[in-house]
Amino acid sequence: MEALVEVKNLAKRFGRRWALEEVNLTVPRGVICGVLGVNGAGKSTLLRILAGVQRPTSGEVRVLGQRPGRLTKARVAFVPEIDHLYPWMDVQEAMDFTASFYQDFNRERAAKLQSLMQLEPSACISTLSRGFRARLKLLLAMSRDAALILLDEPLSGIDPISRGKIGDAIIQAYRPAHSTILIATHLIGEIEPVLDRVVFLHRGRVVLDEEAEVVRAARGRSVEDLFREVLA
Amino acid sequence: MEFSRNRPIFLQIVEEMIRRIARGELLPGEQLPSVRELATELHVNPNTVQKAYQELERRGIIFTMRGQGSFATENVSMIAGLRTQAAVEAARRFMREARGLGLTAEETMALLAALSKNEHKGSG
Repeated sequence: MEALVEVKNLAKRFGRRWALEEVNLTVPRGVICGVLGVNGAGKSTLLRILAGVQRPTSGEVRVLGQRPGRLTKARVAFVPEIDHLYPWMDVQEAMDFTASFYQDFNRERAAKLQSLMQLEPSACISTLSRGFRARLKLLLAMSRDAALILLDEPLSGIDPISRGKIGDAIIQAYRPAHSTILIATHLIGEIEPVLDRVVFLHRGRVVLDEEAEVVRAARGRSVEDLFREVLA
Repeated sequence: MEFSRNRPIFLQIVEEMIRRIARGELLPGEQLPSVRELATELHVNPNTVQKAYQELERRGIIFTMRGQGSFATENVSMIAGLRTQAAVEAARRFMREARGLGLTAEETMALLAALSKNEHKGSG
């Protein structure tokens, strides 16, 4: 299988603090991979480096065979945890806006996701609840035919119904033959059945990297239980 | 359908589809839901459903026609076998439960006979 993400000996330092150390990771095309860890474990830093918005201190990073940068950005959809939507736009305008600068924006899929997630096209973003904003952020990313989709904490701080809708939208929009999805989260419960593979990050290091089904088969426990056990 | 998170999900999907075929909810030769439909219904990764379908196909319980989808086996003796197997497993579970409650084999049989008689009366 083609390695879509290749990380070797990656380290990232902020001042005197090491956010990532000795991170090695290879992710092929066609998997949904959970990057799991508690707050401050380094999940966001890893995603931001893969997205090309932050530079590594040392180590080697390849996304689609290239160093993250201008060339890879066109094929990578990155959803940061912060709210990056323009509040004065309505849902339709936000979709048009995204479509205008990403050629891979698939309007047909966007329309499907919009109805699945019950997003009203004329609803103004400033009036949307947190859960609905999270739905819209996901829609804008999953509507692109991107090879790599990076979702940073797509579930945190939102209601259970929105979390369910987001899980369903990921399943609906995911195209195994084309793309890989990395989901950084500390909320494992709802998303667990969606993950092919799980990577546990702890204090900037990878402490576990395994197929989710292998965790269940070989250890007889859920990913969530193992997470509690390893990181407690 | 609720999955146990402690066992491989693809195996639980295999069991679920066998149950549907054994119970006649899926008829011989009937088309199965597409991978994405079932993934959406069960809220699981499409790759996991794909793996379950591959396992069912390997066991000859379903077959796939290129570009058309997957279908339940038309082999009625195989379906009868699946039904028998499911019935045996259900009976074993019941026997184990009864034994755990301290019933002897004779008492268990007597209880079953009495219940069965009662149900006939109720429905008849």
